[in-house]
Amino acid sequence: MRALDLDYMLGLLPILLKYLPLTLGMASVSMILALLLASLFAIIRVVRLPVLDAATRVFISFFRGTPLLVQLFLFYYGLPQLFSFLTAIDGISAAIIGLTLHFSAYMAESIRAAILGVDRSQWEAAKSIGMSTGQMMRRILLPQAARVAAPTLINYFIDIIKSTSLAFTLGVTELMGAAQKEAAGSFLYFETFIVVAVIYWAVVESLAFVQTQIENRLSKAVNR
Amino acid sequence: MIQIRGLTKIYDGVPVLSGIDLDIKKGERIAIIGPSGTGKSTLLRCLNFLETPEQGEYVLDGKSIDVQKAKASQIKEMRLRTAFVFQNYALFANKTARENIAEGLITVRGEAKETAFERADEILRDIGLADKADAYPASLSGGQQQRVGIGRAMANNSELMLVDEPTSALDPEWVDEVLQLLTRVAQARQTMLIVTHEMAFAKEIADRVLFMEGGRIVEQGPPEKIFTSPDDLRTRSFLRKVL
Ligand SMILES: Nc1ncnc2c1ncn2[C@@H]1O[C@H](COP(=O)(O)OP(=O)(O)OP(=O)(O)O)[C@@H](O)[C@H]1O
Ligand SMILES: [Mg+2]
Repeated sequence: MRALDLDYMLGLLPILLKYLPLTLGMASVSMILALLLASLFAIIRVVRLPVLDAATRVFISFFRGTPLLVQLFLFYYGLPQLFSFLTAIDGISAAIIGLTLHFSAYMAESIRAAILGVDRSQWEAAKSIGMSTGQMMRRILLPQAARVAAPTLINYFIDIIKSTSLAFTLGVTELMGAAQKEAAGSFLYFETFIVVAVIYWAVVESLAFVQTQIENRLSKAVNR
Repeated sequence: MIQIRGLTKIYDGVPVLSGIDLDIKKGERIAIIGPSGTGKSTLLRCLNFLETPEQGEYVLDGKSIDVQKAKASQIKEMRLRTAFVFQNYALFANKTARENIAEGLITVRGEAKETAFERADEILRDIGLADKADAYPASLSGGQQQRVGIGRAMANNSELMLVDEPTSALDPEWVDEVLQLLTRVAQARQTMLIVTHEMAFAKEIADRVLFMEGGRIVEQGPPEKIFTSPDDLRTRSFLRKVL
């Protein structure tokens, strides 16, 4: 075994950290869009809106049933061949769209389960005072479901952050893409990728810490 | 004020309400008594459209609503005209006592938050829970939760209050405070339909007592009559068991 090139690793850290904002940016935008989309899907499924319910089910099944990498290639390389207006799409946007759709499918199921887990009496009380289904969802059920789903949703955010590394296959120079380039120059593959791994790890661990804080806060605020 | 005609509700082929006819006059306080599983809750739930009956009509100020063909706007009107007090309180778990009371005013009636909160605080003072305005339901006792539930029903100024066994989920120690509050609401001549197993309470506040069995109103009359000399054998045997 040869010794690790520690100087190289220390020098690499600041270079790679410059790409962390892009990684986190892509992950955050995807997370927010996925949350919105997933809430919409969950409501459609819970209320069993005709036609849309069936369509949503197929969508969810497809995006859970196929690899994210395949989906990303489909969006970035495949779709522009069918729709010429998509040729302008850059790797970052394609990655965000792919991550959003992929994870919205998973998150929709967690949110749906959380809504269905809210006590029936909450629906009845909301309906009894004359709320529409939309008002009931927005003001009563979703806030309570969010509390239940929060830990799972944060886990998906962690997954999203890690999955942004796939964007390098679409030519995006994010954390993983930058590392790939550095390694190709230095040939120090182990040093390079262990530094990348540690950066992801640190980010995920800080998030896990925040997650615990949020969970403590939520369980204190409204305990049922 | 509200007339119910031929109300029928069927679960799994079994009629739970079999053609209920009932006229509710403004300011009237009606107690419903009867054995378990005779459709008392179902009747209240149908009036609030928490259940859709198979047959019947509601007549409101001369306007008729066919329950099977009720439009969303008519269902909403019926819900605004009635206010439900649930056996298990059913307070919104993500809202404070104040927010629970103000929720309908804000979301359904479109009132400004400030005025709705003022009204809620007024009610909280009235029901003796001013110091619990910011408390979430989980931190309130059963009795306090039910009082907020009654407060929520009061806030909407609904014509008809539907109260379903308000004390049967409560620990005995909280029963009195809830009955006292309901007695005050009744004394203010709030029109109400109240299902209860508390016979003394029914006797005290009701203008009329309905005895239900098997999805029908078997007998009705003023409490003095029903509780002392009921005509129907079924009423008699029921009262013998509970009194
Ligand atoms: N959602 C439902 N599905 C099927 N059957 C139901 C449903 N709700 C009520 N029932 C049945 O309808 C009948 C009447 O029920 P309801 O709750 O109205 O009775 P109740 O008079 O309020 O009884 P209790 O005094 O026990 O509250 C019961 O036999 C009950 O099992
Ligand atoms: Mg009942």
